[in-house]
Amino acid sequence: MSADTSTLAGAPTVFVPIREHTTLRGTLTDTWVITQRNLLRNLRLPQLLVFATIQPVMFLLLFNYVFGGAISGSLPPGIDSYTNFLLPGLLVQIAAFGASQTALGLTEDLSKGVIDRFRALPMSRAAVLTGRTLADLIRNAAVLSLMLTVGFLIGFRWQTSLLGFLGGFAIALLFAFALSWVMATIGLYVRNPEAAQSASFLPIFPLVFASSVFLPTQTMPDWLRVFADNQPITVIANAIRGLMLGPEVLLPGQTVGGEVLAALLWLGGITAIFSVLAVRTYRRAVS
Amino acid sequence: MPSPDTPAPAPERVEPPGTERPIVRVRGVSKTFGKDVRALDDVSLDVAPGIVYGLLGPNGAGKTTLIRVLATLLRPEGGDVEVAGVDVLADPTGARARIGLAGQFAAVDEYLTGRENVVMVGRLYGLSGREARRRADDVLERIKLTDAATRRVGTYSGGMRRRLDLAASLVGRPQVMFLDEPTTGIDPRSRLDLWELVEDLVETGTTVLLTTQYLEEADRLADRIGVIDDGRIVSEGTADELKDTLGGAVLEVTVAPDDVARSREILGGIAGDEVASAAAGTRLRVPARDGVVTLMAATRGFDAIGLQPLDVALHKPTLDDVFLALTGDRPEPVEGEAAEAATGVGLDATSGPSTGMATTSPTTPASSGDRPAA
Repeated sequence: MSADTSTLAGAPTVFVPIREHTTLRGTLTDTWVITQRNLLRNLRLPQLLVFATIQPVMFLLLFNYVFGGAISGSLPPGIDSYTNFLLPGLLVQIAAFGASQTALGLTEDLSKGVIDRFRALPMSRAAVLTGRTLADLIRNAAVLSLMLTVGFLIGFRWQTSLLGFLGGFAIALLFAFALSWVMATIGLYVRNPEAAQSASFLPIFPLVFASSVFLPTQTMPDWLRVFADNQPITVIANAIRGLMLGPEVLLPGQTVGGEVLAALLWLGGITAIFSVLAVRTYRRAVS
Repeated sequence: MPSPDTPAPAPERVEPPGTERPIVRVRGVSKTFGKDVRALDDVSLDVAPGIVYGLLGPNGAGKTTLIRVLATLLRPEGGDVEVAGVDVLADPTGARARIGLAGQFAAVDEYLTGRENVVMVGRLYGLSGREARRRADDVLERIKLTDAATRRVGTYSGGMRRRLDLAASLVGRPQVMFLDEPTTGIDPRSRLDLWELVEDLVETGTTVLLTTQYLEEADRLADRIGVIDDGRIVSEGTADELKDTLGGAVLEVTVAPDDVARSREILGGIAGDEVASAAAGTRLRVPARDGVVTLMAATRGFDAIGLQPLDVALHKPTLDDVFLALTGDRPEPVEGEAAEAATGVGLDATSGPSTGMATTSPTTPASSGDRPAA
């Protein structure tokens, strides 16, 4: 048969592989494309935007003005106001409460066939998950910045230095990122959005409340205090507080350096373990 | 392209030479879910380049599983799968660069605009931002979505979403497009639009493998049809070849409910073949190899026992008959007897798409209970 015939019979003339997706550059591009896509979802769905902005500010104002007066008497020495004590803790709480978004987004993509579409494209396999957690990290950075801004307006002042303040902010973001991987794992495991929502709140609620996020742990019953003082949320909240407010706010025997190191170990461990688990659960969820 | 109101006949295509390497080549592929759900059972299949290949089968036959294997989403237990010259199992990424997939649901993002959706997929095919945007505009024009391109998909109709879903893959200029039930659940007008889009695709050199449970869709679009049932390809050929396997014609007799059993005996005796009955059970069909002679033998048989059929018709076999004969099942209208009566007309190969479309209905799982007794 002549060349003409083969063209008529559909021999493709336009196919050109554009780039090798196995390259680092390809992986980064894919990750950024997915990240942008996920960020736009936050910006364009009004209910998400409201959830992400109003809720944290509401928590801040309510806790500050409702509890502030009663609590200010029982604060550890060295803290100028309940606002100063509260805000570092609330960074942790808001990051924790918002983390279920990672699980929700992934389960929605799974159920709508979007993940199948991605998997049939010659893109980086990792980009689906990293693009999701990265977008959630950026969302958290925006939400926590908003909270800090409102915090400054109602009287929050760091008691150490700008560097300490930024260091505390960075730890809060690392915490949000680590938790994103936990939530990704949960979401991919339960697979449906409603179940993901409730399954993610189950561990978050007790961990956030039985901690030093809202109040010092000293007045808790002994058995609870031992748990609260040693669980990761308290360690992370203490590290942020130490960095922003100075060593006086910590318990006797604790140092800012020690708390930061402990927090980083927790965060590194959680991220390492759950990123592996998330990838593994992802593979199983899609096959 | 002709306007959707006047569907053009399928474009003439040059049959690929027999020696040409198939663009999709499947050999001995099996896939089992859990312990004993055998979704694919030793499936082998060749698709020549530049054609529309239709996989036709009832729900649960294995159509979607086969598409998922071909599109690298599922690994089969064994066998060989080659798409566009690439060994899918050994080099899935290479295969992905050459294929496009539109699944059963429109996997497009509602909060993005149509254009943003297509550009994103283009980027993920590995195009530069500029090239992705350029091709996205071309593709959107081709599927007549230019006017809606800057609107969010949340405002689109179901048909527009399906078109966009299909178009998103076109941005990568795939050699093979896999379409899993591309027109299930959309309105008749949108279905026509999608059919034209598929025909347009093939004209420009893309090979299309689609699954469908609409006989009329396979008849209209597919150059070759593979009938799949219980994870196996039970028959394969052009629509005409499949119809020819049933011989000359089909005799269809409608009788009163009380007369069904006796009528079955008569017809079985004449045709020497099993009698298939429609879902309602009062319309019986047999192959009429001798045409009018068979018809007359049947009427004499009925006359002899004093039974008067309500209706007797002799018609050329349709894909409907093929499907029925091969799978022992038939697409069953949702709306009961009235729609059932219309189906015979709608599925007839000679009727226009615009009349047939409204009456074809998906096979429902419930229809398995209506399998005719062998």
